[in-house]
This record gives sequence, structure tokens and C-alpha cells, in this order.
Amino acid sequence: MFRYYIWLALRSLRRNPMLTALMVAAIGLGIGASMTTLSLFRAMSGDPIPQKSAQLFTPLIDNWGPDQREKNGEPGQDMLTYTDAVALMNLHAARRQAAMYATGFAVMPTDPTQNPFQADARATGADFFAMFDVPFKYGTPWSAADDEARADVVVLGRKLNDKLFGGANSVGKTVNLDNHDYRVVGVLDDWSPQPRMYDVMDQTFGEVEALFLPFNTAIGRQMDIWGNNNCAGPTVVDPGFEGHMRSECTWVQFWAELNTAEQVQHYRTLLDGYAAEQQHNGRFHWAPLTRLYDVRKWFDVQHVVPDESRVMVVVSFGFLFVCLVNAVGLMLAKFMTRASEIGVRRAIGANRRAVFTQCLVETGVIGLAGGLVGLALTAVGLAGMRALLSKDMADLTHLDLIDVLVTVALAVLAAMLAGLYPTWRATQVQPAWQLKAN
Amino acid sequence: MHFGPILSAMRRNKVGAFLIALQMALTLAILCNALFIIRQRVVMMARPSGVDEANTFSLSNQWVGSPEQIGAMIRGDLAALRGMPGVVDAYATNAYPLRGGGWSEGIGLAPNQKHSSAHTARYFTDDHALNALGAHLIAGRNFTADEIRERSERDKAQPGVMIVTKAVGEKLFPDGSALGKTVYVEDQPIVIVGIVDMLKTPWVSNAWAEKFVENSMLDPYIFISKQYSYIVRAQPGQLDAVMQAAQKKLFEVNRNRVIEKVRSYAQIRADAYRNDRALAIILGTVSAALLAVTAFGIVGLTSFWVTQRRRQIGVRRALGATRRAILAYFQTENSIIAGVGALLGMALAVGLNLWMVQALEMQRLDLLYVLCGAVAVMLLGQFAVLWPALRAASTPPALATRAS
Repeated sequence: MFRYYIWLALRSLRRNPMLTALMVAAIGLGIGASMTTLSLFRAMSGDPIPQKSAQLFTPLIDNWGPDQREKNGEPGQDMLTYTDAVALMNLHAARRQAAMYATGFAVMPTDPTQNPFQADARATGADFFAMFDVPFKYGTPWSAADDEARADVVVLGRKLNDKLFGGANSVGKTVNLDNHDYRVVGVLDDWSPQPRMYDVMDQTFGEVEALFLPFNTAIGRQMDIWGNNNCAGPTVVDPGFEGHMRSECTWVQFWAELNTAEQVQHYRTLLDGYAAEQQHNGRFHWAPLTRLYDVRKWFDVQHVVPDESRVMVVVSFGFLFVCLVNAVGLMLAKFMTRASEIGVRRAIGANRRAVFTQCLVETGVIGLAGGLVGLALTAVGLAGMRALLSKDMADLTHLDLIDVLVTVALAVLAAMLAGLYPTWRATQVQPAWQLKAN
Repeated sequence: MHFGPILSAMRRNKVGAFLIALQMALTLAILCNALFIIRQRVVMMARPSGVDEANTFSLSNQWVGSPEQIGAMIRGDLAALRGMPGVVDAYATNAYPLRGGGWSEGIGLAPNQKHSSAHTARYFTDDHALNALGAHLIAGRNFTADEIRERSERDKAQPGVMIVTKAVGEKLFPDGSALGKTVYVEDQPIVIVGIVDMLKTPWVSNAWAEKFVENSMLDPYIFISKQYSYIVRAQPGQLDAVMQAAQKKLFEVNRNRVIEKVRSYAQIRADAYRNDRALAIILGTVSAALLAVTAFGIVGLTSFWVTQRRRQIGVRRALGATRRAILAYFQTENSIIAGVGALLGMALAVGLNLWMVQALEMQRLDLLYVLCGAVAVMLLGQFAVLWPALRAASTPPALATRAS
């Protein structure tokens, strides 16, 4: 019976191609616009590390005092001072932990005729890689001993390894960065968390750094801070990099892996204890204010999904709704022209349920066609987005399988929903009346 | 025109009329809000930066290793750049208008203030900066060559003098001129020696920076850093040539560097406003599609009604109604539906805006947009109904005499 209804639906749609085209186009346009903006929104608000996002935490310590807090009383900082980051590292209170900051190098190519080029880098601890499930193509992370010893070792991102070594296994080789030799201990496989969870302040979306080196090595070389650096508050900053390290400026991101609720609770207690100690020592003149956010909560606090993206989703779903209202009207018109045909079917024995199913199948077919048009338009829309948005966002404008399924399912569902009233009206056709009128 | 028959016909087709009215109302609500947002962004994107954008470009310079004499190297580069044919002037800086990243700094009226009196963007510049940017000094004087000091990012310095934008002056001293006044930056006293009419901050498309988008201060410092930018202004028409030649020239002076982000101001502007432009274009596209869908929806449904009522129309024509009367019938019918839709839509538009103000930090909708939107939607309805109405008007009176 179902196949017969499909056949009937196709016949009926062919009979009035103008109305059919209008309905399919309306649903297709609405679906295309809303899925384009929705898939971008979904990508922006995604969880780059779902298996662990509830176990990775970033701590904040208010070291500036009440004057610099947000209006809602939350701490004004989104990073730590060097002093506090080192103190937290020395607590060794988490299973894994890493302090980090953004910096960069001028890379000397192996071919001396080539010009040096720029590579951004992340100075961080050995635990970083295990903590964020970073995939390695060759080699391993450096060791905790390398962290301690300020070893001249690096982990290369895949792209930089391609550029410098043609993609070969470069573990054990040296690279020259700003006139110093560093030994390659590992090469990453493709890794592109979106958002870049470990540092959304400097750059929320886009590529991860080209290479990684031990935090202490970068500090020892006094490597420039390429990321955010916030010296709010009445802080005295002594001259030079060492003065900056001692200052109340915040510029270090810090992440800790805490696997159980008890560990989290324990860590919170330690944080408060540390802040209380700072108050006791006379560094803070206020009661301790600390925060410990997991990845998802941190994204909320940092507002990683821009309002623009929300506006686009709201407007395009409003548009989809208009398209559906439109489709309701057109389907109503279509089913009403068929009143006599339905009358005949009813007269020769079809019950209301059969008529209902038949009309619903027809709306489903319209929805499916609209969904396919919508899918094509979504692909076009995302290509348009790619051209309009910055390169950082390019990774966010791809259709994944879920997007495709959601698009088609949404279209069919929307069309059937829109078809409910017209379908109900069709079942109300009085067979006798229709036959008489003819 | 008699409304009675129209209304009674509509009563027999309540759902159809309601659907068109609802569609027009939603179209109006979305359209007003979308156009309002588009206009805001377009106005924002059109704002001048204070820079002679047509003839100016920037490039980022990064030294290899940790050279000792960066100050001397910068002076050498600048002498080379300024000596190039086609170059008006050049200077080195930490940041520039529309760059995207920079140094924000509070200015106080007294040392050790709890909260600064004006929030500004801080630019390290020299006595050539105003000329290289094409900025206009409206009071006071430029820096002199002997006032220029070297300063690294992590240094303390005794600055002495600075130039601010008019906006900073008005923020600090609303009742009088800021010229010659002493203010405090990093708790050090500084005299304002010059005022330029306008220079934007590096952050131009961001809610946080919008509050101080014209607050810039210029310090007489050469920025001693491994990485900084050169701003170069070319003679009119020579920008492209100078952009190429400048990179070659710098590598001739010293090869041990990385030159990145060589951007004309057109490019800098495009980068700075990329997301605003994207939002405006996307909303514009959706709005156009919305209008098309609504218009075709009206065409479709009205055509259906015309087909349905062909016999009645034929009877009316046979009884003496003119083509114009038939045309007017459908036009009036659409006006009534559109009028109801427009009223509903105006309320929806304001409601949607109020929600966006609350949830998404949008601005309040200008009511003029709602009125213009209502007129536009009514016109759209008239336009869409024209074709089916003309078809209805051409119904031959003889149709009434035929059986079916």
C-alpha cells in the first residue's frame, strides 16, 4: 500500500508542477538557510573533547581585588599570574596539569637560500598532550624531566614537519629556532580542536600552534608573550621580563585533569587554601575568590559562540517558519483541488485513515524533495560562509554526516507537520457531497 | 468598493486568509529586524579610521634571534623606507588602527587612581607618525625628533609628552581643552602636547571596545621588540609598487628577519570588519529569499482562489462587473489581509527585537523601520496579487453559461 501511495503522490505532484515547485522551493530554501546557520552554530558550540570535557578544569584566582571584578562579582581575570601558575604546579594536586602561554619563533629553514619564516608556538608542560588526548604521528611528548631541566626539545605540528622535513619521521633531528637548536621528540598527527579549548582567549577558533616546547624552556629564554596579557588593577610592574614574571599581570593559562568529584572538591579546597594563604601573607587584601571551571562551563563564561551566530540562527529559523506557513497554504490549496478525487476514493470504500495516510505520504515526498534541495542549498550556503568568514572559521563550515541526516529529517518532519492541517481537511471531505456536485 | 462580499468570501476561506496574514506578519517581523541589524553594521563598516587608507599599508617585522641593537636597526630600516621613491613617510609601531590586537591603557587625572578616567588604545609612535598615517593635528604640536625615546614592552619609562585624539581629550576634560594638561599613565605624569581629530583603536568590531573606539593615545617611543609593525604611506597611485619595493628594500638592509602580514589598508579594513560584513550579507540573502517566498506564496494561493472561483467571477462578469472591478476585488481582498498581517507583524517585530535586546545585546529597533517595513509588505502583497488578479479579470463572462 505504501508503495502505491508513493506512486500516487508522485503522480499528483506531477499534475500540478507549478504548485509542487513552489512548495519544494519554499521548504528547500527554508531548510537551506536554517541548516547553513545551524551547522555553523553547532560547530562553534561543539565540544572538542567530549570524552574528557567534564574532567579538565581551568582555575582562576582573584589577585586584583574587588575593584577589578565583573559587575556580577565574578573575577576579572581569565588567566593566572606566573607566580600563581607555578605555585599551583608545585601543589601537584591533579593527576595531570600544565601551565602554558602562547609565544613564537622565527624558524631557520634547512635550505640556507630560503628566508626564515614565522611559527607560533605554545610553551606548556609535558602533561599537556596526554591531558588533551593529542594524537602523535611520530615519537612522544617530552618528559617531566625535560620540563625540569629546561631542555631544548620541541614537538612539531604536522604541517611544520611537512614543511621542514617533507613529512618524514623527524624525531631526533634538530630544528633551528631563533638561532638555537632544538631536538624534535615528537610530531603530531592532524589535530584541530574547535574551539581551541586550552586557550580560547587568544584565538577561539582556527589552527593550533605550529609547534610546542616546554614551559620552563620558554621562560628560561624569556620568550615574548604572543597571547593576551592583562595588567589590570593597581599593580606595580618592575621593568624587564623578570619584573613581569613577578608582577600581578595575568598571562598564563592553566589546566588540570581531575577525574572524580572528590578530586574536584579537594582541588577547590586547595585553591581556596592557597588564596587564603596569600591573604594571610599580605599579598591579597580581600577574602579568597577562586573559580574552577570545566571545559563546557569555561566556554560559557568566555562566550565562545558569538552573538552574531545566534542572530543568524534565530533569523534563519524564523525564515524556515515562514516557509512552512507558506507550504501549509499551498498544500491546503492542493488537497482541496482534489476533493472530488478523494470523494471517489471514500465512496468506493477507503476509510478516513487511508486518505490520511495517502495525504501524509504525499507531504512526506514533498518534504524529502525539499530536503534534497535544502541539502544542496546548505552546501552552497556553507561555501558562501567559507568565502565570507575569516580563515580561522574555515574548519567550521563543513557538512558532517549528522548535518546531512538532520537536514533531510528536519525537512520531511517539517513538511509533514505543515501537511497535518491540510491532510485533516482532506479527510473531512464528504463523499456524497462531492459525487453530487460532479 | 463594497467590502461586504469580500469579507463574506473571506469568511468562507478563513484558514487561507489567516495563513497569508500570518506569513506577511512574520515576514515583516523578520525583515525589520534583519534590515535594522544590516544597517547598523553597514554604518559601522563605513566609519573612517582616521588613516589615509587609500595610500597606506602595514607590514609586520620579526627579527631572527635576539639582536642587541634593535633600536638602531629600526632607525636604519626607517631611514631606508623614508628614502624610497614614492614613499611619503614611515614609522614603526606596536599597533595601528583596525589592526585587531593592541595595547589598551587607562589614563588617570591623578596618580594611583582606582579606576582610570579614560580607556585608550596605546600606540608607540615617533615624529613621523602623524604624517605617515595622514592624521590631522587640530591643536598643539607634533613630537620633535629629540623627544623620541626607546622603550621595550616590559620597560618603565619617563615619557613626559603625548598626543591624544579629540575623543580622549573630551572624555578627560569635558569642560575645556586637554591641551597642555598633565595626566597620568602607569602613574607617571605626562603632558598632552597635541590633539588629533580622530584615530580609531585597533579593535573596531567588538562590543567591549565599542565604548572607546576613538580613544587613542600616541607615545613618543620607538618600540624595542623582536616583533612590531611598520606603517608606510605612499604617494597617491603608488601603493602597490611601494608595497612590493619596501619588502625588497628591507631584505637588502638586513636579511635576518621575517616579514609577514603585508596588508594595504583596504585589506586591513576588510579583515577588521569581516564578520560584520558576513552577517550583513547573510541576513540580506535570507531577507531577499524571505520576500521571494512570501511573494510566491501569495501568488500561489491567490491563483488557487481564482481557479476555485472562476465560475463566480464569470457570473459577476455576466451580470455586468467590469474587468477593473474584478481586479479591484482581489486587490482589496489582499489589502485587507495584508493590513491585518502588517498590524500583527509590527507587534511581532517589536517583540522579536525586545527579545534580541535582552538575550543578544542588540540595540532597540527604530520604529521608523517597523513603519517602512509595514508599507513594504503591503506593497509586496499588491505586487504579488497582480498577476492572479489580472488572470481573474480576464475571465470571460461566457463561462457563467457553461456547465462546469
